[in-house]
Amino acid sequence: MRRTTIVVIGLSLVLTAAVTIAAGVGPYRIPPGDVIAAIAARLAGEDGDPNIATVLFRVRLPRIAAAIAVGAALSGAGAAYQNIFRNPLVSPDILGVSAGAGFGAVIGILLGLPVVVIEALGFIGGASSVILVAAVARMLPDRGNVLVLVLAGVVVGSLASAAISFVKIIADPYEQLPMITYWLLGSLSGVRLSDVLVVGPTVVVGLVPLFLLRWRIGVLSLGDDDARALGIDVGRTRVWVIGAATLVTAAVVAISGVIGWVGLMVPHMARLVVGPRFDRLLPAAILMGAIFMVVVDTLARTLARIEIPIGILTALVGGAIFVWLLSRTRLGGWRQP
Amino acid sequence: MSTSTLRRSAGLFAQLATVLALAVGLAVPAAARMVVDSSGRHVEVPDAVHRVFAAGPPAAVLLYVVAPKTLVGWPRAPRADDLPFLLPGVRDQPELGRLTGRGDTINTERLMASHPDIIIDFGTLDDTYRSLADRIQAQTGIPYLLIDGRFGNTPAALRLLGDILGVSDRAETLARAAETAFAQVDQVLAKVPATERPRIYLARGIDGLETGSRGSINTEILERVGGVNVVEGVRDAGGIAKVSPEQVITWAPDTIVTIDPKLVELLRQRPEWRPVPAVAERRIFLVPQRPFGSIDYPPSVNRLIGLPILLHLLYPQRVTSDVHAEVRTFYRLFYQVDVSNDVIDDLLGAGR
Repeated sequence: MRRTTIVVIGLSLVLTAAVTIAAGVGPYRIPPGDVIAAIAARLAGEDGDPNIATVLFRVRLPRIAAAIAVGAALSGAGAAYQNIFRNPLVSPDILGVSAGAGFGAVIGILLGLPVVVIEALGFIGGASSVILVAAVARMLPDRGNVLVLVLAGVVVGSLASAAISFVKIIADPYEQLPMITYWLLGSLSGVRLSDVLVVGPTVVVGLVPLFLLRWRIGVLSLGDDDARALGIDVGRTRVWVIGAATLVTAAVVAISGVIGWVGLMVPHMARLVVGPRFDRLLPAAILMGAIFMVVVDTLARTLARIEIPIGILTALVGGAIFVWLLSRTRLGGWRQP
Repeated sequence: MSTSTLRRSAGLFAQLATVLALAVGLAVPAAARMVVDSSGRHVEVPDAVHRVFAAGPPAAVLLYVVAPKTLVGWPRAPRADDLPFLLPGVRDQPELGRLTGRGDTINTERLMASHPDIIIDFGTLDDTYRSLADRIQAQTGIPYLLIDGRFGNTPAALRLLGDILGVSDRAETLARAAETAFAQVDQVLAKVPATERPRIYLARGIDGLETGSRGSINTEILERVGGVNVVEGVRDAGGIAKVSPEQVITWAPDTIVTIDPKLVELLRQRPEWRPVPAVAERRIFLVPQRPFGSIDYPPSVNRLIGLPILLHLLYPQRVTSDVHAEVRTFYRLFYQVDVSNDVIDDLLGAGR
């Protein structure tokens, strides 16, 4: 069996174990036997204990599914971006998607709109800031250069951050400001089944192009000229990758709020396991991202009586792991040979 | 020298003269008196105070109820829905911003341009706020007074501000009303055994998952009326917290209180709230949020009306007074507006 296949099977088993444990723990105590009984009853079309059913099927399992979607999306997008931008410090935020989504959501909070609309505004804000970045980069003379795109992303991202700060100043300090703060720290505490039913398929749809383009994305890390010499349409590939990565990132950020570190760090963890080849890296990064988020979100909802915003935990856990990773790898090791 | 320069110099002289006059005025004890504020700071205050800047929303409410005409502007302008519950003339005052240390939204020049005789702040008394008061006072020359904002201190706070502003009679009336409200709570609670105390969850935020944890200023009133706040925070001095539906189901509150009418509907509709006893037993209580909240929002004198309303909601068998009359009296006495029974029904979410 190929090594990649073994890694994918192994990671899938770890993810299954993590999901099983996560489904069994939580502030509402449900003994493991009852969890299995409730799932069996649901599968058989029976009702079972209504409270347990609500906690499991309306709260806990949708939340775990959301954690998987968030981890998979951010890590997959991060891995692809690190390759096409040929930079190990790139995360899915590089083109301003998180800041743009934050701005959209914060405007929704300021106007007192319903949650679904706030989520939609988050998605629209994230997607449109990337479109804006692409438009700005196209207007510049050196538009073929990927660095121009990154710089345009920095500009649009900081514009959106400034706009968020302005909204914070004019927001109501007793009602809206705490809401904005929590949104910007990221959390899955309010995730509902309906969110997952929309975002889950969106993430799957968005990750498909990355899979289909995995060979070309791998070649792009060699540099534009070499990739062109190998017959790859660099510009078009880049557009597809950015489009797909933006779709998945904006979709998950809309329901989870801003969650840092995952998209930057998990691809490096995956590289340590499967090496830098992108066709191997992508499935490993997606699975490891899902595992990481399920574990971190389980901590977020069980460590204390009140929720710990997930952005705090990813920064703490992610930062520690990242330093450990840096101590074990040479920075040059991320490039595909 | 051109005319404009001359005019400018003349203006400068006039300003200098004003500053000098102010300095002299401050130095002459006959025109001023010494006031000790809640933090023990000795502050010289002019005899006649006509214009007051409220440093934040809690101070603005305190000032509004004691002497509305002295308010030079709002830290945050009232919303359109609040206007019918505020005095004409006062409700239209401009939004000036707040003075809260680092997050100030008013600059010092604009503060001085509004020409307040004094600045008051109502709330926490710690070294941060004390040093902030000292700094602004030293910088602007405007006396800056801190008043203890703890809920139990409300009668004393009303009297202190009445003294400062020279409206002791009105302040005394309000302070007595506040004492009566607290006394009524104690009388009712004396008859309620510990087993009958409600376990309350305060629903805030857009999805009801934002709340205040035990010991926070946001839920102080719930504990004051004998309720047990189900939300245990990570530290004793609570704050605003975010929780998950699963945690609320686990806490199993028998009562939910909110100031947001939209949340009442939302919590009743959403299936994940159904296992919560308060939702199943239809004990989601709406308390007034206009012109100011009656739980917090902001944590100020406005919370007083929350006391009788919560007593009626939580212990209906133990309270015989007429809640409509109490609300009407409070709005007339404190906010100086008349509210009809229909409006009170609306405020209390009757028929929902």
